Amino acid sequence: MTTTRRDFLTAAAATAGAAMTPDLNHAHQHEHEHQAVPSDPTLRVKALESLLVEKGLVDRAALDALVDTYEHKIGPRNGARVVARAWSDPAYKQRLLSDANAAIAELGYGGMQGEHMVVIENSAKVHNLVVCTLCSCYPWPVLGLPPVWYKSSPYRSRAVIDPRGVLREFGLELPEDVEVRVWDSTAELRYLVLPERPAGTEGMGEEALAALVTRDAMVGVAKVSVSKAGSAA
Amino acid sequence: MNGVHDMGGMHGMGPVEAEKSEPVFHHSWEARIFAMNRAMGAWRKWNLDASRHSRELIPPAEYLRMSYYERWVAGLVDLIVKSELATRAEVESGAPAARSVKAVPALTPDKAMALVAKGLPASRDVKLTAWFQAGQRVRARNMHPVGHTRLPRYARGKFGTIDRDHGVFVFPDTNAHFLGEKPQHVYSVCFAARELWGEQAAPKDSVYVDLWDDYLEPA
Repeated sequence: MTTTRRDFLTAAAATAGAAMTPDLNHAHQHEHEHQAVPSDPTLRVKALESLLVEKGLVDRAALDALVDTYEHKIGPRNGARVVARAWSDPAYKQRLLSDANAAIAELGYGGMQGEHMVVIENSAKVHNLVVCTLCSCYPWPVLGLPPVWYKSSPYRSRAVIDPRGVLREFGLELPEDVEVRVWDSTAELRYLVLPERPAGTEGMGEEALAALVTRDAMVGVAKVSVSKAGSAA
Repeated sequence: MNGVHDMGGMHGMGPVEAEKSEPVFHHSWEARIFAMNRAMGAWRKWNLDASRHSRELIPPAEYLRMSYYERWVAGLVDLIVKSELATRAEVESGAPAARSVKAVPALTPDKAMALVAKGLPASRDVKLTAWFQAGQRVRARNMHPVGHTRLPRYARGKFGTIDRDHGVFVFPDTNAHFLGEKPQHVYSVCFAARELWGEQAAPKDSVYVDLWDDYLEPA
């Protein structure tokens, strides 16, 4: 980006604002003194938000509510509970595989970017992997917003042509006799992988099982293991 | 369109790099542009398909250089200007034009939470004959529309099998251009990996692609 453009944006961001937040004013005042000036997107997005608020097109409180929801309330713990329930309750698992929306709603999850859910089951013979080669489609209500790698060019380009190579980079080497099925989310169906329940978890309750289930396993780039217990990320 | 966004099967993009303990947003501007896209969508001046297409229209070199949320900034600005919710001059200056009328926001916090909870289903409750049945052999059409499409290049002209019928959905190719929803059936179509990629692919592997009636022909 040219210097001219940068100066213009900086001026624009400053103009945007009677309602400007203190940190932007600060950034503007000191722009020429520091190396670490705000990046262009920071300025541009602040100016855009300010414009849209001043025009009455967006309500800042609605933006705050959306950000809070996806930063703190909706994430892979939801999907982990779905998986744990399916592992614990065979009737629930059947419902989940035949009508995912209804079964996921039983646990209170659903909504934006999960309007049309499909659950696909891994087994000793079949391994499923989910991608969106065209953009970034991902089942938000059960996994939250996608990680950067899922939206990245390497994953989007390679998951369909070299799924085994991609899985190897995630540390998962699949035997040749395992069938790999890649699901490219080209429509509005959103896919959740039901991982295999690991050995050694007999007798574990749903909560303990859910703690084992990782986000990566529900996208299909990992398996669930007892040793890797912990985070859903 | 045969854009760089349609990258399934491309080489040279490098290894997949997963970040440990990744935050939901890496910068606060990412969170703001994410939320602004939802809030501005509530004006119903565009739809999900038009929104995707706005990002596909970013020139290829720019698209590859930009981070994911930078594309959202570019796409949203394009939509706002084209739909005349704000002018390019207003976006560049960051201030409303003189004498512009102040609107009442379409998305309130309550409506935002309802949107999160209910979503915006793309299915349509209309009875339409399915052109294809589960188990049927089909061929993805060899077509190269210059506008929006969800038929990836790697599947075009390839033979596959209908795995399942998901019901009736809005058709992106027309909807993205405000030419109507043209509802039709969507199927998961199973393509053998070797049909798509040749002998280098593992013999039992496959790729499932969700495709609309208009993308398919009997085989």
